[in-house]
Amino acid sequence: MVTKLVILAVIVLGVIAVAQLMRVYELSSKLRNKEEGEISNRDNRFNANMMLIFMVVLFGGFIWLMLKYGWTGRGDAASVHGREIDWLLNLNFIIIVAVFFITNALLFLFAFKYVKKPGVKAFYFPHNNKLEMIWTVVPACVLAVIIILGLKSWNQVTDEAVPESIRVELFSKQFDWTARYSGADNILGKFDYKLTTDNNELAILTTATLDSAIYQMEFGAMGINALESKLNDSKLMMIPEEREKMMTDLGRKEMLVRLLYQMKGRHDAKLDAQAWDDIIQKDTLYLCKGKEYEFNFRSKDVIHSAYFPNFRAQMNTVPGMTTRFKFTPDTSTEEYRKYKKNPKFNYVLMCNKICGGAHYKMKMIVVVLEKKDYMKWMESKKMETFKDKYFATVAPAADITPEGVVDGDTTQVAIPAN
Amino acid sequence: MAAVAHEAHGHHDSHDHHDHHHESFVSKYIFSQDHKMIGKQFLMTAVFMGVVAMLLSILFRIQLAWPGESSDFVSFFLGENWAPGGVMKEDMYLGLVTIHGTIMVFFLLTGGLSGTFSNILIPLQIGARDMASGFLNMLSYWFFLISSVLMLLSLFVESGPAMAGWTIYPPLSALPQAVSGSGLGMTLWLFSMTVFIASSLIGSLNYIVTVLNLRTKGMSMTRLPLTIWAFFITAIIGVLSFPVLLSAALLLMMDRLAGTSFYLSDIIVGGEMLTQHGGSPLLYQHLFWFLGHPEVYIVLIPALGLSSEIIATNSRKPIFGYRAMIGSILAIAFLSFIVWAHHMFVTGMNPFLGSVFVFTTLLIAIPSAVKVFNYITTLWRGSIVYTPAMLFAIGLVSTFITGGVTGIILADAALDITIHDTYFVVAHFHVVMGLSAVFGMFGGVYHWFPKMFGRMMNTRLGYAHFWITIVGAYGVFFPMHFVGLAGAPRRYYDYSVYGDFDIESYNLMLDLNVIITVFAIIAALGQLLFLFNFFYSILRGPIAPANPWKGTTLEWTTPVERIHGNWPGELPTVHRWPYDYSKPGFDVDFIPQDVPLAEGEEEH
Repeated sequence: MVTKLVILAVIVLGVIAVAQLMRVYELSSKLRNKEEGEISNRDNRFNANMMLIFMVVLFGGFIWLMLKYGWTGRGDAASVHGREIDWLLNLNFIIIVAVFFITNALLFLFAFKYVKKPGVKAFYFPHNNKLEMIWTVVPACVLAVIIILGLKSWNQVTDEAVPESIRVELFSKQFDWTARYSGADNILGKFDYKLTTDNNELAILTTATLDSAIYQMEFGAMGINALESKLNDSKLMMIPEEREKMMTDLGRKEMLVRLLYQMKGRHDAKLDAQAWDDIIQKDTLYLCKGKEYEFNFRSKDVIHSAYFPNFRAQMNTVPGMTTRFKFTPDTSTEEYRKYKKNPKFNYVLMCNKICGGAHYKMKMIVVVLEKKDYMKWMESKKMETFKDKYFATVAPAADITPEGVVDGDTTQVAIPAN
Repeated sequence: MAAVAHEAHGHHDSHDHHDHHHESFVSKYIFSQDHKMIGKQFLMTAVFMGVVAMLLSILFRIQLAWPGESSDFVSFFLGENWAPGGVMKEDMYLGLVTIHGTIMVFFLLTGGLSGTFSNILIPLQIGARDMASGFLNMLSYWFFLISSVLMLLSLFVESGPAMAGWTIYPPLSALPQAVSGSGLGMTLWLFSMTVFIASSLIGSLNYIVTVLNLRTKGMSMTRLPLTIWAFFITAIIGVLSFPVLLSAALLLMMDRLAGTSFYLSDIIVGGEMLTQHGGSPLLYQHLFWFLGHPEVYIVLIPALGLSSEIIATNSRKPIFGYRAMIGSILAIAFLSFIVWAHHMFVTGMNPFLGSVFVFTTLLIAIPSAVKVFNYITTLWRGSIVYTPAMLFAIGLVSTFITGGVTGIILADAALDITIHDTYFVVAHFHVVMGLSAVFGMFGGVYHWFPKMFGRMMNTRLGYAHFWITIVGAYGVFFPMHFVGLAGAPRRYYDYSVYGDFDIESYNLMLDLNVIITVFAIIAALGQLLFLFNFFYSILRGPIAPANPWKGTTLEWTTPVERIHGNWPGELPTVHRWPYDYSKPGFDVDFIPQDVPLAEGEEEH
């Protein structure tokens, strides 16, 4: 309905435009004694006045937007470095808004004032070294201040995290986030994407997960053995494309399993402990007020971006590499809710790099707790370490233990349930 | 020497044409080697592409303002497949955004702006019969057309057009499992861009050679109009940076088709564990932005060149600080090559590298400020004539300021952390390069229309077009800054997710998005005035005089009939710089470049 009205309006406007044009065309034909291209004084004046009116509307619109929407959406920063960034942002804003007003005002005022007047000749003014010097040097000085302050903040924000900061990994995939806390030892366990299995989504490296990954690759439902037997089964009818796909898949798995065996050869079982105490957390990320966090970011598939708008923090997650960002939340969710006067408000972690169709839904709620509440929450997670979770999903009959398969021969024993 | 040699040769050529050779329809309008016709071909193609890209933007603006609401308009253009029940699919939203950006940046503002005006103005303003190579020039257009057709074709592919954003960052763009548009749509995108780059390179080399070798007698480099300086520098930037984009695209194609791992490493997508290891998505970003940033100036510098000319002519004053203007173009061009990584502050690049790029990027503000102040001083104590072109040129200076100052915030790495990839960025680059370049292009069309088609455009419609456009444009992009400051990420299909944690921000974004879309629709409708005026005037506009705006540059000394070879007799000889407007001691307020210096007159 609305669209139809719009279409109707378009047509009406179009017709009016055509009619108007015809009229103008006829009128100008009558005045043909005037040379083509000559602009009448009336037209010049009209546009000069419009320049002035437009300037007022432009500035008025800007001020209105600034007052109405300027800071409402943004809110105060909720992290230590975020406050510094906001201070710098405000300073920069004052500078650029001043420049915006002054230069636009000069532009539109000159455009208004120096419109052609009969009998007045333009002033021949090709150059002036002093003036040009002024507007090269003044911006340069202002920029020097901006650069120095900006780099100072940038260096602080991107500096190494302090040793006692809490290590948390944020793992991204289409289209959700998973957090991994480093556990009691504050060291994140190692990982390798080839170790990904159904019960080890984050591909964490331990002797057991390594063995299990090799087992899956060889004997899983779509493992090498299964694929080979399907491909060799002369009774099985397959469309050529499917067969082709299966063969590519087989080639890929054979290559991956070789790499897994190499990894096994190099693997140091002493590192397993670093991984087993890690705590995997979905849906909500809990942080402790006043503690510094060093986030390590990973991605499973495409580039995502971990964007915490309220903490003024952002870092891309890149497949194949680990990126880092550190910050210290300094306002608890409760405090921020009071400040916002919105009891339902929550901090959030969003994806801010185009990553596919449901990009806009990819988020994780972040909750900042006071220290004692945080300790309580941590306590509740004590029995849900990676070790606990991992073995809860493995069939009890299997000989798989935290130290790997007991007799060391992966091909015969370890049989994870799924 | 070169110029003189060409003079003799060119003159001979033109005689050949007139005496023995009647041009057929095909050689005159289709496979034309005449620079003026090729320029017009570029313009027509670009206008068409621009209308398509604008239409795409209206479609996704409707989705952003009224998310999830059925729209006949959307369903009319996208059909049941991509917009079941009149609501576009998520994937199509990304496709529209991607193709809108690609067409606007490359096809309208690179091919359209540079292609049109470099072709038409370079030979006319330097006093040459044609481009150095008419044949290569023709090839450049035909490659451009082929790439345009390929790009449009990709909109009709079953799996959808490219959907990874106009920057097509891998791995998203490399993996069809990640998003449907990374299948055939992306392949077409890459082929189209490859052909486009070929077109751009051939064109640019031709422009450079022409400017260097075919200047007429007396036309030294420091007597060139600023338009030519702008086109010349733009062409050099293009030649140096576009091949890098080609290599980026080629490596991406290898990753997609040949299983290499330039950009891919350790990926599991759609349940498949890929074997690629050791590549880096950051490599692509470096390669892409090594073109991508100079590209901004490839788009902007020609617009600044056109507006310099228009502002000087219509203020009836010499452009203030001619040499400073050339110097600032050179400085901007040089700096544009060492700032690319400011697009990558939060991509995981080494932060120290980031601080180097903060420094170089902020330096660009200095030559930009010089340009702005020079424009403003040119207006000061002028005698301004408001042709539609002049309005657009002043509009350009305004948007260049408004968009430029927000760049200072984005260039500051520490501040970029919080607003990177939000609508603040979208607003910034649309104002500073989108609007400025489009205004420059409109100004150019209005100003040189008499040279292109021998007729005049309607002035009153031009006024209406300008005022609707600038009000619409600011109406769209001013509020967008505030959407970005509130933290809204770009390329979001809708902001419903905010409903879960911050309803206040959600309402703010929705309010502003409605305002933005309404202004976008107004601005789009305003363009109908231009289209009508443009095509109507080509056919029925009043016949133009030879020099309607009383300009000094050489193109206004050519006859209205637009003959092959440009000047019927000998080529004009140049005696002065192009900005002798309102020179003291003369009765007329302009002295064309081919008028010898009077007794005792000093050159500026």
